[in-house]
Amino acid sequence: MGQNTRGKERAGWHKEGGTGVMQILQAAFPAGRPPGKRRDRWWMAVMPFYLFTVFFVALPMVYLLVLSFLTRARAWGVVNEFTLDNYLRIAKPVYLNTFKESFQMAVLTTIGTLLAGYPFGYFMARLPKRAKSLMMLLVVIPFWTSALMRMYGWIIIFRSNGLLDKLLMGVGLTDSPLKLLYSYPAVLVGMVYSLLPFMILSVYSSTDKMDWGLVEAARDLGATKWEAFFTITMKLTLPGILSGIVLVFIPSMGLFFIADILGGGKVMLVGNLIQNQLQSGRDWPFAAALSVVLMMFTSVMIWIYRKVAGVKDLEGLL
Amino acid sequence: MKKKVRFSAVYQAILLALMYMPICVVVAYSFNGSRNSTAWTGWSLDWYRKLMKNRPLLEALKNSVVLATLSSVAAGVIGTLGAAGMAKVRWRSKSAVEYVSSIPIMVPEIILGMVFMAFFAMLDLPFGMVTLVLGHTAFCVPYVYMMVKSSLVGIDKSLGEAAKDLGATEGRAFFDITLPLILPAVISGMLLAFAMSLDDVVISIFVTGARTNTLPIHIYTQLKSGVTPEINALCTLMLAVTFLLVGASRALRGIGRS
Repeated sequence: MGQNTRGKERAGWHKEGGTGVMQILQAAFPAGRPPGKRRDRWWMAVMPFYLFTVFFVALPMVYLLVLSFLTRARAWGVVNEFTLDNYLRIAKPVYLNTFKESFQMAVLTTIGTLLAGYPFGYFMARLPKRAKSLMMLLVVIPFWTSALMRMYGWIIIFRSNGLLDKLLMGVGLTDSPLKLLYSYPAVLVGMVYSLLPFMILSVYSSTDKMDWGLVEAARDLGATKWEAFFTITMKLTLPGILSGIVLVFIPSMGLFFIADILGGGKVMLVGNLIQNQLQSGRDWPFAAALSVVLMMFTSVMIWIYRKVAGVKDLEGLL
Repeated sequence: MKKKVRFSAVYQAILLALMYMPICVVVAYSFNGSRNSTAWTGWSLDWYRKLMKNRPLLEALKNSVVLATLSSVAAGVIGTLGAAGMAKVRWRSKSAVEYVSSIPIMVPEIILGMVFMAFFAMLDLPFGMVTLVLGHTAFCVPYVYMMVKSSLVGIDKSLGEAAKDLGATEGRAFFDITLPLILPAVISGMLLAFAMSLDDVVISIFVTGARTNTLPIHIYTQLKSGVTPEINALCTLMLAVTFLLVGASRALRGIGRS
């Protein structure tokens, strides 16, 4: 192809360009470079992504680490003096206890979501195809509604003389309000409720991929329904269970606003501790140290998960 | 066998009912006529009327919409160009940067909030809309990036090659051929980012200034102090908006796939 025709055709390309936003964007990538000198310009497209990631994700993370070794200023802010105090302080019984309580809450939340979510995800995978996608939508919708709104719904249900009390007293199971709001069980219900979709979708995605032939084979060889379930199905859906556990466990360590709204300050989790230190305590270095420890904790969980499950991506994440 | 099927249906129905219960309660109570939100005294639109007159709340709503728009557009540009470029360049730092960029949706939200708060304070940025947009863009980028990345896998590479053979530059081939093909993924990622930004409480609480209120922050402070049933009406309206956005996002993804 001669130089002339190439030039003409390039001009044609130029004319056929879009309108409006497209044209503005096209101005950033002028057409009509002489052939041969055409250079790879993809680095320009990648640059904003690179710069943004480095400046607003990587650097802040590094700063968090640095901050956790600095000293708190008397009034406000930080002093640039190296110290290990922030980490040593975490070892104090008060704070260790918060970690213990958070861990306990996270474990209970994970067990709760597993017990409620596993059967759901399992049954969902056995539905016919169209029902499956409908069910998927039904599971995801609450997930897309405002988390605060759902918590508010629970407040209306749980509060003294609220819907639950009225129902229970109406049936005659109790004769006085239960005072469920602002209690440990209320926070647990809120946590399980908020994180349930993660478990359901994880279990669903691994059950859906499962080779049912293996279960049938086990049944043919004389296994009972339950034996087949525990020896074959459970093992095959293990990656889903594990990814569900990770997806539930990690956020449940940090979700402070559920404990705040439904627990009314009675339940103190690591997330609440960090928030307190930041907003009322004004002790940023200590909050940073708490965050670093929490992050290390969650990274270890993900690392173990990857080792055990032997996969790179969390199933059902997107 | 028939019995087992029935059990699973009952189980799923019960769990779904529980999942929708708090949402339905909020929606139902938004139409409640009573001043006292524990009692039900029939249907009314009073709370919606009161909502329209609530200045601070409308201001917060405006802020939230501006914030979500700015950060989803910023994330749309950065994420789309980034994903398209990353598919082409062969740099060694590529996978590391890709991993780091996904941190904002991997770590607990509170840590991200604290990280941004401390970092912006160190940079001496004025807390308010600027810091909000930066923080929200950070967690919006991964959504757009991942959606665009997965849609790039599906498109026919020979189309871009053909354009280049016909004399188009890399940039021209991208904007004329590739972009229209991945546009559904771009828009669906941006809508998702918009919805996430509109709903975010945790990060906003940390990076906002004293004078800038977003809607979720407003609701959060109300929930912690005294609750007015106007919140019900507001939540119901937000629910409707989220439905529209998610519905649009899903529809576009469907178009992109077919």
